[in-house]
Amino acid sequence: MIYKETGQYKSSYKSDHAIFPLLQDKIAFSTLMFIAFLIIPFVINSYWEKAILVPFLIFSLAAIGLNILTGYCGQVSLGTGGFMAVGAFSTYKIMTYFPDMNIMIIILISGLITAAVGIIFGLPSLRIKGFYLAVATLASQFFLVWLFNKVPWFYNYSDTGQITVSERTMFGIPVTGAEAPSYATYLFCLVLVVLLSFAAKNLIRSKMGRSWMAIRDMDIAAEIIGVPPLKTKLSAFAISSFYIGVAGALYFAVFLGAIEVTESFDIMTISFPVLFMIIIGGLGSMLGSFLGAAFVVTLPIGLKFLMVDMVGLSAVTAKHFEITIWGLLMIVFLIVEPHGLARLWSIAKEKLRRWPFPY
Amino acid sequence: MRIKQLLIGITASVIAVSSYVEMAIADLKFPMLVYRTGAYAPNGIPNADGFVDYYKMINARDGGIGGEKILHPECETGYKTQVGVECYEKNKKDAMVFQPMSTGITYQLIPKATADGVTVYSTGYGRTSAANGKVFKWIFNAPVTYWDGASIAVRHILKQNLGNIKGKKIALVYHNSAYGKEPIRTLETLAKKHGYKLMLLPVDHPGQEQKATWLKIRKARPNYVLMWGWGVMNQVAVKSAASIKFPMENFIGIWWSGSENDVLPAGQGAHGYKSLTFNAPGSNYQVHKDIKKYVHDKGEASGDGSHFGTVLYNRGLFQAMVQVEAAVVAQKIHGTSKITPAMYRDGMENVNLSAKRLEELGFKDFAPPFKNSCENHGGSGLAAVQQWDAKAKKWNMITEYMYGDSDVVQKLIAEDSSKYAAEQKIAERCN
Repeated sequence: MIYKETGQYKSSYKSDHAIFPLLQDKIAFSTLMFIAFLIIPFVINSYWEKAILVPFLIFSLAAIGLNILTGYCGQVSLGTGGFMAVGAFSTYKIMTYFPDMNIMIIILISGLITAAVGIIFGLPSLRIKGFYLAVATLASQFFLVWLFNKVPWFYNYSDTGQITVSERTMFGIPVTGAEAPSYATYLFCLVLVVLLSFAAKNLIRSKMGRSWMAIRDMDIAAEIIGVPPLKTKLSAFAISSFYIGVAGALYFAVFLGAIEVTESFDIMTISFPVLFMIIIGGLGSMLGSFLGAAFVVTLPIGLKFLMVDMVGLSAVTAKHFEITIWGLLMIVFLIVEPHGLARLWSIAKEKLRRWPFPY
Repeated sequence: MRIKQLLIGITASVIAVSSYVEMAIADLKFPMLVYRTGAYAPNGIPNADGFVDYYKMINARDGGIGGEKILHPECETGYKTQVGVECYEKNKKDAMVFQPMSTGITYQLIPKATADGVTVYSTGYGRTSAANGKVFKWIFNAPVTYWDGASIAVRHILKQNLGNIKGKKIALVYHNSAYGKEPIRTLETLAKKHGYKLMLLPVDHPGQEQKATWLKIRKARPNYVLMWGWGVMNQVAVKSAASIKFPMENFIGIWWSGSENDVLPAGQGAHGYKSLTFNAPGSNYQVHKDIKKYVHDKGEASGDGSHFGTVLYNRGLFQAMVQVEAAVVAQKIHGTSKITPAMYRDGMENVNLSAKRLEELGFKDFAPPFKNSCENHGGSGLAAVQQWDAKAKKWNMITEYMYGDSDVVQKLIAEDSSKYAAEQKIAERCN
């Protein structure tokens, strides 16, 4: 009853093809946007910003990127950390070369650079698939991180290999650096994430997105019906890397501010968690990317809050529990709901449609 | 029905979460970023225990600092930067001082803490040029910096070779991170000055894989090996050195590579391994007696209490003592026991740990005296060399506390800090 579509007639193709065809979805989405843009900026504090919201937004973007490649185009990648590092270091280099350039433009250019790098590392995908491709992308992860640590030009010959962001402003308000107010960094990420998510959603609904899915479902059949694998796979790598590169740029410039490549872009801190995000959230689902990112970012913090602040366990015991619970949840998820949180949501919608008559 | 229960559950938990308000704290808060898990836990645990035991002892013996109890909430970082940021944001309100115990997290906190007005004390680690108080108002790294450390190690080698090390080969085995890279520039500058050849051997996180490193050392046969290691990397390095029969007395670690945990796994092979230190080993000091009496005998020891008197435990005591002393000084300067974070910073800047004061605090001959000032946040710059006796299983001090090459180090600090000041547009203070 709550979620009924009865009586909502579509009289044009345009309205039938809308991203949110149902009124309920439209209302829910507008409410969410209203809260995100007009309420949260006024109540946000630095803890919510630095620990939850900004990392959530950035990892959502990375998850969308990986979902395009893995979820929609079926190419497994473990190179997320390396590609995010490309975004971060491009931002750093452009920032130091062009001190007057607008930060938004810098970040988008960093995304384009990452896309170019992504195409290069996507080339092996034309010959190898599945696990073998995963190993090839793993090589890109290790190679890129090694490169940024080895060649001093990338970190401007600083003594420690650390790169540090300097202050940049949008409309006169700092969005990077330590002085940036919480609402500014949050809104900056939010605007980018919303715009890029709409772009991704529409790309997926376009001819390009359909050819990705054709390749994912069966590449030989797709080739026979006229989907060019070269163009399709490389475009997936390019666009996926663009998103991941933008995420990396934000991760460095807006979120952390100072980065050490070996630690911040390690396979265990980025590549695997982002892969878990799309698996937990739902492969091949936009909503899944967000749900997965929210789950992975907030779960450790939530567990810590529950165990340390509410129950009063010692920090170390809580950490041991957290590691165990994390592992268990992964297994439970894969057994109980292999299609991820997005699938749970669609089951819930189905239930709400019939409620309160459960038959 | 189920949905109703679910809704009630969700509502209840939302209310519980939103009603959770941090209790107003009248006490002095010294948040701790610790790592009792992960690849660096073998070093993180004894150090954290030292801190906690000292705070507990002060609370039990003196009733806190000037009557104000010390709160020391722990936050587990696992040595990870992102978690460190979360811990910092969570605890920064009314926090007196942060001791990140990780160079990576320290770099992360330097701009944030400066903007928030929170003191960061990185005892003998972190960003070396933070010793320049003119630029780094809120950051302290007394009593000694990595660049002092590097030059002290070279000075020790010079002494052994009667002042001439021209043509000798010195290898640096370092953690491939900001921490490990810190001494490189100093060692390069000193190489020009003294004419030795420097060989750089990075070891990647977490440091278990050092086969190639030590194979290179076996081939190139450097006369000395210096090490900037942490966590499991230290143990592996000492073991590997022993297994290629590298003369241990020519293998010198930084003060973070010289604890019992690092040498015990190598057994007799580690005999003669040297490391720098800025505090004495052992458990025969007045402060240990007090901790035994007020904390351990009451069964309140932090952790399992097994690290009592070890090198890193003692370093934790020293670090905690300086942090508490800064609060005492701040209370004296501002004439109130309820100090704010800003007052605490003044205290830290005016810490003067003379030999007499150290004795009063129960740290007689435990560490060399040092004092901070507006310009100098780096302390005395004194460190000594200790050597491992594998038969007696104890560290012995084999030199006096000595200074590094201050001409070289001060020049590098001035260069690096002015570069940072220009980047961040910071005006110099203390003029």
